[in-house]
Amino acid sequence: MSVDLSTVKRVAGLARIRVDDAQAEKMTGELNTILGFVEQLNEVNVDGVEPMTSVVETTMKKRADGQSDGGYADKIVSNAPVHEDNFFTVPKVVE
Amino acid sequence: MTDLTRLTIAEVRDKLAARDFTATELTESYLGAIRSGNKALNAFIAVTGDIAREQAKASDAKIAAGEARPLEGIPLGIKDLYATKGVHTQACSHILDGFRPEYESTVTQNLFDDGAVMLGKLNMDEFAMGSSNETSFYGNVVNPWRRNGTETALVPGGSSGGSASAVAAHLCAAATASDTGGSIRQPAALTGTVGIKPTYGRCSRWGMVAFASSLDQAGPIGRTVRDNAILLKSMASVDAKDTTCVDAPVPNYEDFIGKSIKGMKIGIPKEYHMDGMPEVIDKLWQQGIAWLKDAGAEIAEISLPHTRYALPAYYIVAPAEASSNLARYDGVRYGLRVPGNDIVEMYENTRAAGFGDEVKRRVMIGTYVLSAGYYDAYYLKAQKVRTLIRQDFDNAWADGVDAILTPTTPNAAFAPGEITDPVTMYLNDVFTVTANMAGVPGMSIPAGLNKDGLPLGLQLIGKPFDEGTLFRIGEVIEKAAGRFEPSATWWSE
Repeated sequence: MSVDLSTVKRVAGLARIRVDDAQAEKMTGELNTILGFVEQLNEVNVDGVEPMTSVVETTMKKRADGQSDGGYADKIVSNAPVHEDNFFTVPKVVE
Repeated sequence: MTDLTRLTIAEVRDKLAARDFTATELTESYLGAIRSGNKALNAFIAVTGDIAREQAKASDAKIAAGEARPLEGIPLGIKDLYATKGVHTQACSHILDGFRPEYESTVTQNLFDDGAVMLGKLNMDEFAMGSSNETSFYGNVVNPWRRNGTETALVPGGSSGGSASAVAAHLCAAATASDTGGSIRQPAALTGTVGIKPTYGRCSRWGMVAFASSLDQAGPIGRTVRDNAILLKSMASVDAKDTTCVDAPVPNYEDFIGKSIKGMKIGIPKEYHMDGMPEVIDKLWQQGIAWLKDAGAEIAEISLPHTRYALPAYYIVAPAEASSNLARYDGVRYGLRVPGNDIVEMYENTRAAGFGDEVKRRVMIGTYVLSAGYYDAYYLKAQKVRTLIRQDFDNAWADGVDAILTPTTPNAAFAPGEITDPVTMYLNDVFTVTANMAGVPGMSIPAGLNKDGLPLGLQLIGKPFDEGTLFRIGEVIEKAAGRFEPSATWWSE
């Protein structure tokens, strides 16, 4: 499978990365090289093979269903580029 | 006084205990080495001298009180992807501009609890995506090794390029690193250092900037096998904060060193004989086989038939997981924000300015393979191939193989800009990536030099949670091969 320019632009939109036409053009070639490389997997017969979900045989550990941490909203927002009263601030999303 | 930066961790431990020098003197020696050598190497991107001096002072107090901990006073470099409280933590990406975590990663906390000293944060490929340390926002790292008779700069490998370069150049006693497809073992091989990627789940990933969560694993890079054993013992732990971190006690890895390997069965996988592999790599491998045979090991040719599919499967799984992990960098909660007319434009502008080309490429590939209609053809298929790769290893263990010996890399260090095609760059991880895909431990030990005088490594791959065997065999190789140091300290001003 390979991607064309419009697919690359659509994927860039999904990935929320702004690309101009020249960048999208360049990426199309690069992505097709990588997609061409992974095509090799078509040679492998995977009929009846279970997809790997975990490399280590393990039952996921679970913690008790209770509050174990928290109470420091100021620390959580401390690295935000813009914040106000312990809220993250973003451009207006509702008219 | 002898140059304290030449000592191994094991030697320092003894000499600090014997009061030959203080932890403060040792830390000052390393800070001096960084001052005079880092300009040329660009291995450290942040030096934390005040923290280091304070920790060294605390170590001296502990030693004086007869309460020395396992890593008391050992000066370490920390890869920039470990969250260190209040200290530069950006995985060498522009998008985490100015990020200072409010918390400490489990691995670094474990090291500090055992008395380690932090000299600073180490350069790396952006988000650990790269094999040459050319994708860092903070510039290339330079390898202390040069080709005989030349002054051409060479890459230290990646993504833990800063860790490997700093350890090889004696700017720190050892370093933390991380390995998603070979990012500990490949740079270790290219710099004449030792590095181990433990079994997936052995070290907690809590507080490590995530790249591909089913593959990422913490590990050390050091100058000797024993130093790696000492470091891993402290880095590994049981941790409730990472659900994939196993609830199994951490063995004392040093206990395995010096034990005979007589009668051990070492697998030599025929699929690692790659077409066009340089003769020197093959010769090194044969030499490694001979050393292990001399030490009494039994050598067995084995087959890992799906080896060649590990790298293509990796380049689906890793980007897919990365595209999802890196979705969090949107200009809202931390790091860089580039304004836009609305929120979507703000996201797009921030990610366009904040991510480098390689990161964008991988996020794009990951987004594509996970997008509607392609999931089964790519991601699901790759995860099935991954099951087959694991089964290859399981079959080898079932046949009585104790460990597997391979070359670490298909080549020695190269010059920056020499490899421009992404897929050719990816091939640097062809021998290391299988261990990540299967979750098994892998270790690189320096084993020889090529005709240009550049170091090459041999890799040992072990059974899940059998790192002890790797230390045991690794030390046999180290003893036979000797240790390798750059011939001149040209980087030192």
